[in-house]
Amino acid sequence: MQFSENWLRSLVTTDLDSQALSHALTMAGLEVEDMQPVAAPFDKVVVAKIISVAKHPDADRLQVCTVDVGLPQPIQIVCGAANARAGLVAPCALVGAELPGISIKQAKVRGVDSFGMMCSSKELGLTAEASGLLELDNAAPIGQDIRQYLDLDDHVLTLKLTPNRSDCLSLVGIARDVAAITGAPTCFEEIIEAPSEAAKTQAVSVIEQAACPRYCGRVISGLNAKASTPAWMVKRLERSGLRSINVLVDVTNYVLLALGQPMHAFDAAKLKGDISVRFAKQNEVITLLNEQAVSLKADDLVIADSSGAIALAGIMGGLATSVDDETTSVFLESAYFSPSAIAGKARRLGLSTDSSYRFERGVDFANTRLALEFATQLIKQLCGGSVGEITEITGVLPARFAVKLRLSRLVSVLGIPFAEEKVAQLLTQLGFSYTLSASVFTVVPPTYRFDISIEEDLIEEIARLHGYDHIPAMAPVANLSMLAAPEARAHQNKLRDRLVSAGYQELVNYSFVDEAWETELLANAQPIKLKNPIASNLSVMRSSLWGGLLDSLVYNLNRKQDRAMMFELGASYHYADAKKLSFVESTRIAGLAYGSAKPEQWGLNSSDVDFFEIKAHVDTLLADACAGKTLSYEKAEHNALHPGQTARITLDGINIGWIGKLHPKWQQHYGLTKSTFLFELDVDAVLNRRIPAYQEVSKLLPVRRDLAVVVDEDLAVSALLASIKKANIAMLMDVALFDIYQGSGIAENKKSLALSVLMHDTQKTLTDSDADAVMANLLQLLENDFNAVLRN
Amino acid sequence: MTDLTHLISQAQADFSASANMNDLEIAKAKYLGKTGLLTDALKGLGKLSNEERPAAGAAINVVKQAVEAALSARREALLNAEQAKQLAQESIDVSLPARAQSQGGLHPVTLTLQRIEQLFHSIGFEVATGPEIETDFYNFTALNIPEDHPARAMHDTFYIDEANVLRTHTSPVQVRYMENVLKSNKTPPLKIIAPGRVYRVDSDATHSPMFHQVEGLWVDEDISFANLKGVVQDFLQKFFERDDLTVRFRPSFFPFTEPSAEMDMSWNGGWLEIGGCGMVHPEVFKHVNIDSEKYRGFAFGLGVERLTMLRYGVNDLRHFFNNDLRFLSQFK
Repeated sequence: MQFSENWLRSLVTTDLDSQALSHALTMAGLEVEDMQPVAAPFDKVVVAKIISVAKHPDADRLQVCTVDVGLPQPIQIVCGAANARAGLVAPCALVGAELPGISIKQAKVRGVDSFGMMCSSKELGLTAEASGLLELDNAAPIGQDIRQYLDLDDHVLTLKLTPNRSDCLSLVGIARDVAAITGAPTCFEEIIEAPSEAAKTQAVSVIEQAACPRYCGRVISGLNAKASTPAWMVKRLERSGLRSINVLVDVTNYVLLALGQPMHAFDAAKLKGDISVRFAKQNEVITLLNEQAVSLKADDLVIADSSGAIALAGIMGGLATSVDDETTSVFLESAYFSPSAIAGKARRLGLSTDSSYRFERGVDFANTRLALEFATQLIKQLCGGSVGEITEITGVLPARFAVKLRLSRLVSVLGIPFAEEKVAQLLTQLGFSYTLSASVFTVVPPTYRFDISIEEDLIEEIARLHGYDHIPAMAPVANLSMLAAPEARAHQNKLRDRLVSAGYQELVNYSFVDEAWETELLANAQPIKLKNPIASNLSVMRSSLWGGLLDSLVYNLNRKQDRAMMFELGASYHYADAKKLSFVESTRIAGLAYGSAKPEQWGLNSSDVDFFEIKAHVDTLLADACAGKTLSYEKAEHNALHPGQTARITLDGINIGWIGKLHPKWQQHYGLTKSTFLFELDVDAVLNRRIPAYQEVSKLLPVRRDLAVVVDEDLAVSALLASIKKANIAMLMDVALFDIYQGSGIAENKKSLALSVLMHDTQKTLTDSDADAVMANLLQLLENDFNAVLRN
Repeated sequence: MTDLTHLISQAQADFSASANMNDLEIAKAKYLGKTGLLTDALKGLGKLSNEERPAAGAAINVVKQAVEAALSARREALLNAEQAKQLAQESIDVSLPARAQSQGGLHPVTLTLQRIEQLFHSIGFEVATGPEIETDFYNFTALNIPEDHPARAMHDTFYIDEANVLRTHTSPVQVRYMENVLKSNKTPPLKIIAPGRVYRVDSDATHSPMFHQVEGLWVDEDISFANLKGVVQDFLQKFFERDDLTVRFRPSFFPFTEPSAEMDMSWNGGWLEIGGCGMVHPEVFKHVNIDSEKYRGFAFGLGVERLTMLRYGVNDLRHFFNNDLRFLSQFK
């Protein structure tokens, strides 16, 4: 809501200066988003009239003007404006004037004395561009200060109104609230009912009474639509952000701004037959004032005549019946359409008008007739014409039910004491009528308030007028109890910390990504698409965090980084099933490593990161979760990854993530010169852990023996180790791989595994023969299960 | 029997002249070896009479002990010297950089979220979460924003389909949490914060289509608007570690709170908007079957990026999502 401060001040008498008024509005919930002076500061500019002009003796484009500035003697001014001519009334800056960016001094212009400057609107800082001098009305008082004449000591205020405050979508409404906030008196102009002078009426039938509880209209005939809109009205409209169009439209806009009542003027001569207020027929078409043809639905409310829809009720008039300069009679409409009939309809058609904006929030239904009288008064005054009888059809208007406000509730919700008298005073300031009994106020809200229906609405009003600033900040008094701290569940911050310790930098990428990352990189056949993405490359929800990591890698390599270790923790999104009706979000932690394993440094040969390096990082993430469970890295294939360097990570057989090297084709696609390694884990699965349970520590020392066996080259070592673990050989404590050898002495397609074997017995010291027996059992297992051969 | 005491000084001289262990062993042999002077002297005792022998033996032993003492003193001196030499050889430039992995770091938004969680945890707030792809119902309707309500236009919403949106705020978590609590037969007091990503169709220098919010909710029998102000102010003072920060409430409108307020924080002589808040609206309580006569609650939503920018002096919102390592590495 944008308006002129001076217009507001004409409706409420307040001592507050501009800044204080703006602050008071903001602190009462009518946030002043912007306050701009209408004109930059300047002085000594007056209304002046050019009496005569003569050619400059030495310059073709200059004229020497004799100018009446309201002083006893005219002054001489050299002027280059093309429209400078005898008889023109325009602003003149006198010697000593300070204009935006220029000081006016007495000067010689090409040898001719000049005692001031005739001004354009640009030179006064009123507009960014101007062609020629600002032409003023011929009747403008010569010598008057231009600031006074053009009412330039004014501000344009812009309110950021919340949707509940439709009552402040008019100057009268804002003035009313200023009065309530500050206690200042309002001074509203009286609207005088025009006596009917003509018999002509327009028949109206309201078919949809619920959607249009009140409809008023009147014909004014024999008017002059070519009359020009007076300067004061143009100024108020312009300072409210509305352009002057023609006098009839300007009047309806003016009434809308002043009273908050949207109006519409139909050209009465273009109406065919009776008018009805009805719902549109499905696919009924209307061409609107903005020349847009729209196809309507059966819940769009229209004003229609016998030819069909002639206006979208409460939203916009139709082109066919619109007024123009040739109009001589109008049918003026002032109606109350219920918010539910209008809400959402304009948006569905891609429209938002001053009218629909107000109707969908609520217009004062007690004002319908009054607004029509006000518009009549203005039209009569500006365009003449004879006024017809008002046709009014009123159905069931919204009820304003009494709302109870308990003083006790007010005090407990706000947390500060309140006296009955204070509450009574604030309700009175608001113009709310009430009765009081046993500390309970029974309040009937006024017709212009659509936001007062429950006790909290009144509590908010009292708080607002009392001033939120006067409510102190108080610590709550509450019972204490400790929060649960489940030890079997780690916090995800622990995962973050482990990767940070390993050298990874955390990123935050958008949750929506390029569709190609999903369909091509990740082979996701049904990515979740946004209906209205902000950009075409951010159109689907990510199912993996890798796309963002790779994108960030490229971004940073382009900025001269040569290695990167990055991770992100965040959600990935999937359809729950092929029906695409529900979604699964799972939190993932994903990492990427590129370039040298460690930063370039002395005493260390630089080597690039490899699979086993990041596998170690994954292992640190899984350190807690895998206790007591079977963690395995199974050779697998993934669309984004190198087929020979990819593992599916499982915990007790459940898939919890992936690790691998970026497929060379993608490496090439992203223009990466080195190998890139990626991993991603399901955070939920990784956060579970076992609460430690004590087990007897043997007082006896373990015995170590080593064992070397030759097995097939393609045997997965993890399978061999898992098999040993599963066999549960007595006294065998742990088996670990400490070397892999291929080459001389080992047959082709074979490899030698060197295993360290730890044995112990909690009861007695192991003898050599005990150890021999364990080793024999172990070897037998490996021979049987894996065709292993003891290496000599 | 000859007097052997001169051998003491002679041996001392010989030992001192030995520059290393080898020379010292040769010098030792001269006195104490198989054919050493003192060994010979001891052998010579046999030729003496029984009467002479004890005195002579004692004399030789005195000399021998003195020589042995000199020998071990010299031996220790040589060992010390040798060790000192080796230590000197092993000396390194301790100022050289460590052999190290590069330092990782957390995203600044994570740092802020962790601080927020920690501060609210200290007065008993639990962390609650909810889905980011949210139903229209939880994002709007359950928060008293029915279809076609003008407040919906305030949210520039990303739609997945008719019924699902990317959540425009973290407020739906309030509703989900209260529903779940009541299903488990728990009753207020309820104290949660709900941090997370939220989405709006808006992108320019000061708006990101994705950003983070923290929702706070406290429901109890005796919670007031003044308490809301108290908790928010306490949080801001602790978060920024500045006791002079104050919070200002301005009347505002959110369909799910009433009274509602915009929260401003005093900052460098002016006021900065940091979020919205209010008392939980009775309609919201009604939806989750909490008796609004018995219980009251407050809720607030804070902008995490805003707090992060103010805390660390970041001047451009876009830094948070560009993921430039030169920016991110500053937050270690």
